[in-house]
Amino acid sequence: MIKKAFTKEHFVRGVLTAFALSSLLFLFLIFIFILIEGVPLFHKIGLKNIILGFKWAPTKGSFGIFPMIVSSFLVTFGALVIGAPLGLSCAIYLSEYSGKRLKLFLKPALELLAGIPSVVYGFLGVIYIVPIVRNYFGGPGFSLLATSIILGVMILPTVISISFDALVSVPKTYREGSFAMGATKWQTIYKVIIPSASSGILASFILGMGRAIGETMAVIMVAGNALRIPTSILDPLRTLTSNIALELAYATGDHRLGLFSTGVVLLIIIMTLNYIANFAIKRRVIK
Amino acid sequence: MNVKIRIEGLKVSFEGKEILKGLSIDVFKNKITGFMGPAGSGKSTLISVINRMIDFEDNAVVEGKVLIDGQNILGDKIDAVQLRRRVGTVFAVPTPLPRSIYDNIGYGPRLKRGNHRRELRTLVVESLKKAFLWDEVKDRLDTSALKLSGGQQQRLCLARTLALTPEIILLDEPCSGLDPISTAKIEEALDELKKDYTIILVSNNTKQIARITDHAAFFYMGTLIEYGPTEKVFTNPSEKHTEDYIQGKFG
Ligand SMILES: Nc1ncnc2c1ncn2[C@@H]1O[C@H](COP(=O)(O)OP(=O)(O)OP(=O)(O)O)[C@@H](O)[C@H]1O
Ligand SMILES: [Mg+2]
Repeated sequence: MIKKAFTKEHFVRGVLTAFALSSLLFLFLIFIFILIEGVPLFHKIGLKNIILGFKWAPTKGSFGIFPMIVSSFLVTFGALVIGAPLGLSCAIYLSEYSGKRLKLFLKPALELLAGIPSVVYGFLGVIYIVPIVRNYFGGPGFSLLATSIILGVMILPTVISISFDALVSVPKTYREGSFAMGATKWQTIYKVIIPSASSGILASFILGMGRAIGETMAVIMVAGNALRIPTSILDPLRTLTSNIALELAYATGDHRLGLFSTGVVLLIIIMTLNYIANFAIKRRVIK
Repeated sequence: MNVKIRIEGLKVSFEGKEILKGLSIDVFKNKITGFMGPAGSGKSTLISVINRMIDFEDNAVVEGKVLIDGQNILGDKIDAVQLRRRVGTVFAVPTPLPRSIYDNIGYGPRLKRGNHRRELRTLVVESLKKAFLWDEVKDRLDTSALKLSGGQQQRLCLARTLALTPEIILLDEPCSGLDPISTAKIEEALDELKKDYTIILVSNNTKQIARITDHAAFFYMGTLIEYGPTEKVFTNPSEKHTEDYIQGKFG
């Protein structure tokens, strides 16, 4: 009797393990697939000519994606400049100032914000942000600035929820100790609470960056997709993700492989960011 | 004897439930006054009124007066942040900040502008000496305060409070988690300190109250049952209740 139950346990356990491993397998397969498709071109054209090349003309044998790498980082940085202060302020407000009722209302609102499809953000960007940029600042409107604004808003849920978790997990005794020594609320926040939550806050920024650098649809719609390094925030640009999405449908041969190479670079950047974020979060737990 | 703190008709309620039911008591200057009473009698609540930490409880209603040197600190004109520099507090659980020993003590003084580095150094050293901690930490002022033992952390919190140069020190069961040796050190420190400060010590340990306080108050269910010189309260209490508590018959 006991033995039978035992084998049943084993069976369930085996099935669950198989499912669990399959998701890992998918990740692994995606990775391998992109590498297999993307790496050969690095051999043929040369790593340097792709990563540091300025010219992207895949039908003529030029596969330089340097402008797109720079552009991807620029929009990511721009998103951070807008989203990080906004998100952190919101997280601080939620954790330190807002009443319970507002908190109950704002948390689901944020989740809703996270759930809006990116094409909707892109749509709003084209309708509102792009004309505003064009009319008030000049240039075509489709620009680094417009993209940064849209991405800045899109990373808010990530930044807010992770920073918020970091802030509320600061021990109550730190607050009490600080107040008891005659600190004001704001002094307590910036001298004690933010430093104690700093690694979590940092992780929220890095994960926000990961979200921004990987975003495709909204970026295609508002960035203008020009193939050069922008010289001002009002210039249009094309990111790594846009490049793949825009051209994959009709690319063949080496052109197609070039897009996979773009994917390899993107994958490496995103994995690095995630690694750094995990590292930051772990450090917090250990401390 | 000078009255430092005069409490008149103090009532505190949380969500309509009355926790302190009209307390009046005088606390004398340069004495150690002990507050004792069973769990839930409102001792910590009383402490949080005197240092205005009760401001952070949004469901608390406070009525009555708490006069420090004749001035009502519950009045509108009083800045609670300023008040907490005059009324220092040490809590039951040590609450060091995640900083170095030096910076924990420097935290309060640095909040006020215009503190010079050399003055601060002197203040830190003095405070550590007064809290009987100096000898144990003098070689490692830059290490994290979180690495100290519980007893050392509690003395650090005392030192940190002293660095605020307060007039009053409130200690809410400061020795509840400590071993006898750490407890003895804190008691020794308090005995030294009373000549410069007015000290209130909350403790559930009646022996400790008997050992080191000058006056003792016994609270029960939010009312003051008995208050007087410690010797009198312990040898000849006027209330049966007090006697039972001291003899460990309840609470
Ligand atoms: N923020 C609060 N909200 C509601 N009730 C509270 C709050 N703080 C304290 N109380 C209640 O007030 C009463 C007195 O609590 P208090 O902490 O002052 O007691 P105490 O005498 O310090 O007890 P102990 O010896 O256990 O520390 C308790 O019944 C407690 O439940
Ligand atoms: Mg208490």
